[in-house]
Amino acid sequence: MEFAELIKTPRVDGVVLHRPFMPTVEGTLCLTGHHLILSSRQDNTEELWLLHSNIDYIEKRFVGSLGTIIVKCKDLRIIQLDIPGMEECLNIASSIEALSTLDSVSLMYPFFYRPMFEVVEDGWNMFLPEEAFKEIETLTDEWRLSSVNKDFGVCPTYPQLVAVPKAVDDDTLRKVATFRHGGRFPVLSYYHKKNGMVMMRAGQPLTGTNGRRCKEDEKLINATLRPGKRGYIIDTRAINVAQQAKARGGGFEQEASYPQWRRIHKAIERYNILQESLIKLVEACNDQSQSMDRWLSKLEASNWQTHVKEIVTTACLAAQCIDREGASVLVHGTEGTDSTLQVTSLAQIILDPCCRTMRGFQSLVEREWLQAGHPFQQRCAQSAYSNSKARLEAPVFLLFLDCVWQVLRQFPCSFQFNEHFLVLLFEHAYASQFGTFLGNNAAERLKLKLPQKTVSLWSWVNRPQEMERFLNPLYEPNNLVIWPSVAPQSLLLWEGVFLRWNRSSKCLDEAYDEMVHIIEYNKELQSKVNALRRQLAQLETGDGLLETP
Amino acid sequence: MEHIRTPKVEHVSLIDRASPRKPCVGTLYLTASHSIFVEHDAERHRETWVLHSLVCLVEKLPTTPAGCPLLLRCRNFQVFQFIIPQEKDCQDVHASLTRLSRPERYAELYCFSFNPNTDKEAREEGWSAIDLQAEYRRMGLPNHLWQLTMANRDYRVCDTYPSDLYVPKSVTTPIVVGSSKFRSRGRFPTLTYYHRDNHATICRSSQPLSGFSARCLEDEQMLQAITSSNPGSSFMYVVDTRPKLNAMANRAAGKGYENEDNYSNIRFQFLGIENIHVMRSSQQKMFEVCDLRSPTMTDFLWGLENSGWLKHIKAILDAGVFIARAVAEEGVSVLVHCSDGWDRTAQACSVASLLLDPFYRTLKGLMVLIERDWVSFGHKFSHRYGHLDGDPREVSPVMDQFLECVWQLSLQFPCAFEYNERFLLHLHEQIHSCQFGNFLGNSQKEREELRVRERTHSVWAHLWMNRADYINPLYRPDHSQTQGVLRPATAPYCFKFWRGMYCRSEQVHQRPPTVTDVLTTVREESQQLEAELSAQQEVPRGTAHPASEQENGDFGKDAYDERHSQDEHSE
Repeated sequence: MEFAELIKTPRVDGVVLHRPFMPTVEGTLCLTGHHLILSSRQDNTEELWLLHSNIDYIEKRFVGSLGTIIVKCKDLRIIQLDIPGMEECLNIASSIEALSTLDSVSLMYPFFYRPMFEVVEDGWNMFLPEEAFKEIETLTDEWRLSSVNKDFGVCPTYPQLVAVPKAVDDDTLRKVATFRHGGRFPVLSYYHKKNGMVMMRAGQPLTGTNGRRCKEDEKLINATLRPGKRGYIIDTRAINVAQQAKARGGGFEQEASYPQWRRIHKAIERYNILQESLIKLVEACNDQSQSMDRWLSKLEASNWQTHVKEIVTTACLAAQCIDREGASVLVHGTEGTDSTLQVTSLAQIILDPCCRTMRGFQSLVEREWLQAGHPFQQRCAQSAYSNSKARLEAPVFLLFLDCVWQVLRQFPCSFQFNEHFLVLLFEHAYASQFGTFLGNNAAERLKLKLPQKTVSLWSWVNRPQEMERFLNPLYEPNNLVIWPSVAPQSLLLWEGVFLRWNRSSKCLDEAYDEMVHIIEYNKELQSKVNALRRQLAQLETGDGLLETP
Repeated sequence: MEHIRTPKVEHVSLIDRASPRKPCVGTLYLTASHSIFVEHDAERHRETWVLHSLVCLVEKLPTTPAGCPLLLRCRNFQVFQFIIPQEKDCQDVHASLTRLSRPERYAELYCFSFNPNTDKEAREEGWSAIDLQAEYRRMGLPNHLWQLTMANRDYRVCDTYPSDLYVPKSVTTPIVVGSSKFRSRGRFPTLTYYHRDNHATICRSSQPLSGFSARCLEDEQMLQAITSSNPGSSFMYVVDTRPKLNAMANRAAGKGYENEDNYSNIRFQFLGIENIHVMRSSQQKMFEVCDLRSPTMTDFLWGLENSGWLKHIKAILDAGVFIARAVAEEGVSVLVHCSDGWDRTAQACSVASLLLDPFYRTLKGLMVLIERDWVSFGHKFSHRYGHLDGDPREVSPVMDQFLECVWQLSLQFPCAFEYNERFLLHLHEQIHSCQFGNFLGNSQKEREELRVRERTHSVWAHLWMNRADYINPLYRPDHSQTQGVLRPATAPYCFKFWRGMYCRSEQVHQRPPTVTDVLTTVREESQQLEAELSAQQEVPRGTAHPASEQENGDFGKDAYDERHSQDEHSE
């Protein structure tokens, strides 16, 4: 297919662009296969380069022959284009609509993007499962890397290599896979160095209404327990939801079959409930009303903050079982691709200082989201403005990032990266020039040949000149487990995402720069003092007498 | 001492709300001024001091097998729960504290017995450190437009006003007297803030006694004189900070608001801030939300909305923004009043001043602002903060709301304020605790009668001495955010719940350091390094850090005035 077919009018002059907190720009609007570009043809005015895939929804309005297109983006920004000429406006609008909803993944921009920088370290090879497992191998010999899923036949949404208990062979894994939703048999998610306890994740067991059992499943998860120890199963669904799942062939681990495990149900919402919540929240944030009652009531009715609280609470529970109770944990919901991953990844942020570093966090996203088979393409196809009915869309990853932000805010010195990095991941999960978040699982990514045909987000982010923006100046490595507060007053609205386009960030940015300045000035002084001390020491020993200026 | 039945109780447990299962055991002592809990733990030997005058409620809870729980709620929103083994002891402590926390006479208040180790000279210096005449001079008064009036010497015209007041040059004593007769409690229109850049002013008063049709020539002349003393504008705003309905109801009682037809060249505006009773009950509702045990997000947000608290904070800030915009952007003078002109008027005027003038965003500036708009203009501190056992309907969190507005602004302008959150919290505590004499009584006249300057110490000297604790590390006098007029956004989502103030009791629990804490430590370290370097050689470039200036800064007004004028030059 040629993009040119979709572009009815490639350029229009005299278009006026309105953006929040930026001066109005007049210029020429150009449509390319992947971008909407506005150029004022003046060197000093900032131009607009908007990916079509970032466009969530557009609205058209006409006053006489002046048309207006309101472009609502997946990153929640709203911009307005005033286009002279009704025909031009209609053409532009229908072109944008077509180009922003391309069906085929291989037509997406990452397949066409050529980096303007030299890829020094290829992000596609930075976080391979075998590399990640090497470290665990140095700590324990109870786990092995299995290639039972080499051809994605056992579990279509797992990667080719997964970590499982050494005592369990591949045949057993195949049997267990038939007993777990989507073939997602329990695999290692996290190994807690401090006490050797582990966190596993899986799909729901397919017990059905007649309470089917699977000896191999029981054997597998029991193999992770120490003699005489009990473990915890955290089911991310409320008990009644888990009960209802039985009717559809799903279910949960019965006490009788898993006597060494204690099951705890938490109620993390999924799918359209989350999507609706996001839509309501963004609607509340864009409400121009001056009424405080209206704002608070809309914020409450969106339930977004409730989801955040529930996820952080569940992650704390998992972390507590592992670190405080010294027990191993198995986490699952229904498919094991959404709320399960929110919990396992956030628990690792709490437990493992490595996950709070720049590299470690990327590795966590890679392991617990991308390789673990979170269906990014389905979940992030639409954002808060699209009015087409959501089917598989849900802001699961955004909620996870929100939770990380909450912990970061409560422990401002314990993270090597800053809020901007989390916002960046949100943006790129929804629209990107990089291939990282394309596809729904490892099998799809392999088929699309993403590593060969696209550039990884990590290749770009880890370049020193880019990374600098995402480093937290306050970072002091903290080897402790960090326990966030889950009280409602401790969990705030993530303004960096949800109010980003509604309020000027100038003063907050200035405060950030001031903070950087204070810390850098301190470092400068420190190095001066150190140099001076060395000089003095040299003088005292008499060696440096001749060298000093 | 006659109220203390039991000076000492052993084996008392203090419950930490964050970890209620691990109480500390120790001894509770009652002194004339404090309850002191001394932990038995030999390693920590921690002491908890609770000032009697800070306690607002002593509550005995039902006896448990562990003993009798006794709950102390403080006016700074701290909560202490003790468990006393013997019922009898608990009763005694309860009775003693109930009496001690409700003084009946001013003489019983702590400020009259509080005696820090300072000599008479230092104390007098402390009292003269904040000088309002210097403040009016700083604003540029008197000048060719405004003069000091002698009308209220010895509080002859208005006993709740200060004696030294500024009125337009053309206003004579008979006009002042005439106008004061037409205003509630004689609180005639007078200047509170003068905007040097364009001569626009903020004036304040109480409501006119206009009823449905009454007029007063002198009052009309007074307002005309205020309009005329602003050469930049042909009219002035008269702002009634009350909701329109309340103001109309007052007309029936012979009070009310200005009729635009009777006053030439005024534009009248209501600003809709609720009265002290609404505010009191709103804050009460908010506390109920804070008190909930493990609330859900819905409980919390719904409770917050239902309390209406943030709505009221927004109304006050909106009022300040309206006034500041009129003065700075339109160059129009504003007369502000409510009913008596000592609660909502003080809030609106001081918030507007804070927005208009960077000086009030410095440590000393906020002291001056509170001294001017609140202390000198007769905000009824003792009534509003229940210093003495009295009418509970007079109590209201008026100052809490002002301090919260400052805090909300500091969230939007993190580099614009020299002081930090802790300063606001300590100020709040001092307003309630009566450890110092500044906030005693309900007017300047009462404080003179109580001879607070001779018999008590000034809180400003105390806060200034500890100023290192109160500095916002992000503040720089030469920062662009520090300069000029602040234009805050007041969309509802800009307002946050003030956890630091209203969830004080949870802070007993160890919290990770905040960004402010960390930056403060870094800056202190930088100062030490600077000192070390300058002792050895030249200090490196770019060292113009405000903290080092403050280190040498002295409390005298000159040091500060100089700094302020420096700010202006750098603009």
